[in-house]
Amino acid sequence: MANLAAVVGIGQTKYTTKRDDVSIAGLVREAAQNALDDAGIGWDDIDAVILGKAPDMFEGVIMPEIYLTDALGCNGKPMLRVHTAGSVGGSTALVAASHVQSGAFNRVLTVAFEKQSESNAMWALSNPQPFSTHLNAGAGGYFAPIIREYMRRSNAPDDVGIKVAVKDRLHGARNPLAHLQRPDITMEEVKESFMLWDPIRFLESCPSSDGACAMVIANEELAEQSAKPPAWIRGVAMRSEPTMYAGREEVNPQAGKDCAADVYAQAGITDPRRDLDCAEVYVPFSWYEPMWLENLGFAPEGEGWKLTMEGATSLDEGGDIPWNPSGGVLSSNPIGASGMIRFAEAARQVRGDAGDHQVEGARLALGHAYGGGAQFFAMWVVGADKA
Amino acid sequence: MRDIAIVAYHQSRAVADAGACNEVEMIMPVLNEVYGQVGINNAQDVDFVCSGSCDYMQGAAFAFVAGVDALGAVPPIKESHVEMDAAWALYESILKIRMGSAESALIYGFGKSSPGELPIVLSQQLDPYYLAPQWIDTVSLAAMQARLLLEQGVITERDMAAVVSRSRRNARQNPNAQLAGDISVDDVLAEETYLSPLRRVDCCPVSDGAAAMIICTEDKAREWGVPYALIRGIDHRIETHHIGMRDLTDSASTRLAAERAGVGDGPVDVAELYAPFSHQELILARALGLGEQTDINPSGGVLAGNLMMASGLARVGEVFNRIVAGEAQRGVAHATSGPCLQHNLVTVVEKA
Repeated sequence: MANLAAVVGIGQTKYTTKRDDVSIAGLVREAAQNALDDAGIGWDDIDAVILGKAPDMFEGVIMPEIYLTDALGCNGKPMLRVHTAGSVGGSTALVAASHVQSGAFNRVLTVAFEKQSESNAMWALSNPQPFSTHLNAGAGGYFAPIIREYMRRSNAPDDVGIKVAVKDRLHGARNPLAHLQRPDITMEEVKESFMLWDPIRFLESCPSSDGACAMVIANEELAEQSAKPPAWIRGVAMRSEPTMYAGREEVNPQAGKDCAADVYAQAGITDPRRDLDCAEVYVPFSWYEPMWLENLGFAPEGEGWKLTMEGATSLDEGGDIPWNPSGGVLSSNPIGASGMIRFAEAARQVRGDAGDHQVEGARLALGHAYGGGAQFFAMWVVGADKA
Repeated sequence: MRDIAIVAYHQSRAVADAGACNEVEMIMPVLNEVYGQVGINNAQDVDFVCSGSCDYMQGAAFAFVAGVDALGAVPPIKESHVEMDAAWALYESILKIRMGSAESALIYGFGKSSPGELPIVLSQQLDPYYLAPQWIDTVSLAAMQARLLLEQGVITERDMAAVVSRSRRNARQNPNAQLAGDISVDDVLAEETYLSPLRRVDCCPVSDGAAAMIICTEDKAREWGVPYALIRGIDHRIETHHIGMRDLTDSASTRLAAERAGVGDGPVDVAELYAPFSHQELILARALGLGEQTDINPSGGVLAGNLMMASGLARVGEVFNRIVAGEAQRGVAHATSGPCLQHNLVTVVEKA
């Protein structure tokens, strides 16, 4: 049985297009320092550092933990670098948690980042590989046909994606750290924005952000002594499946379903919509909200879009299960950090520390990340209570 | 802390150029071999899978995604990846077992370094603002380290040559070695310097290949009914990236990791050290406190073949092989990452 562990400190940077006032080291240091301050501890209180980011080819720094050792106060400590595609921010948090849950460490720091202004993600993702078909499409081009297939199967109205785009930006306007600040956004404006990869419009896509997110994860004893309320880690799960195989269900991937079932079982969740108070879910393109509502069991297959259209996932409409109250990936996307932001924002909610985007009375929340061609999944459930 | 059993290990033969063989084709044979060693069918029969690789080896983002294709991950599996040597994937897997969420784990590492110029490629792991733009290659940095050792009188060129001579000699017994043979200390010293004071033979070759291991709880090892060895300690430490701030003639992080892993708690019969350059083996042996009684790099070490991203795991595997063969009771395996031994992992493996 795993030892109890909890998030006792969270730090983020303000997400923005270009942080030209800091280096990569400065960026991660800022998030880490904010997390230490939030936990009320110093660098010497950290036993190990677990770093995550998306492919090294983005910024062109190979194994950046080597360069970031000093910025993250890691001299003489263990340092681990996780890389699991877009789910990496979530996976990194899970690997960090395992350092404490295994009993091997008392208190660790985990950091994930991306400095997209110093990188070229589109190039890195489309680089031809010697033995593979050249997609040359980037992420949006990869997911657009899958979304079209979802629309065909579910008979969802055309404006579901538009609704998600507006909802998440209105959420983001409550979160001062969110990259996009669009309190005035309208359905009409999203609809009129140009088509990038049919059916994904410009305003239905995530932005390209610089940013870092950090968390301090501590064992039971230290978490109980922490100054601010801890977010207890109630369940952790990861799943992977191959990118392509005969019969692969790309709209509703088996790996996502299995991962959710695993994490819910650990947290004692039988009906996620009822049992959870909110969810921070990786939605980089608007239509992934209804698709993941189904994949994660919040709605029956083919009916996820109904929750979206009813306002069930909207904070502003008083929905019963707000999704992405922070504004989500649609409001801020430092790729390698985006998964960890989901995990951290779920923890902020159950700590009652989410400011203007707080879901009132949140006690149990889901953090979710996915990556690659939606074949890698990482999830955790955090709670205000230990069990 | 519960002991972890190593139950299977295999590596591919280190070759200079695997040609048109892709990553999946490199990985699958070693996976099939370790499955066979414990009598399982595929990755579905273990609880967790973790790999180590580096996108820059093959020059494309998400190199590890191809690795998943070698696993038969249908239905989906619990899987993770470190952009580090697979020795750190072993470390992550041990945490997973110790937290109780897995009883067994498959670990693999792979690298196909041949398509690029590895020493130049690795220059891009240096500080991206001040050092990487100068393209300072790994061999040049190692040469600077060797020069410091020589000038401070810590070692002699003859000491370095003796490391090379022993590696080549030991490698004759290692069917996976890329470089093996009889080369005397004087033969080594007679060779021209390459990047002074290093000779080409002081540097590990560039190799393509993969390695895989299966670990589990002791209960599971008994259930599988296969010979196993126990991981009694494992620890890793990193130190400053600023080479000017480090004593390059020593390895403080190895010393610390060795202490935490309990290297000194008993005699060390065998040690496999990830020393890509001859002088680094001498630094490491000293930092680990190894003496005359320890057989160092009986496989020939990475001077005989360096499977980037798998060599660290391979060191653990080599020690495991010696122990289950009854040739040693207790051994130490070391893995490294970064320029001039910046990051080091130490594992203590014992007879069950």
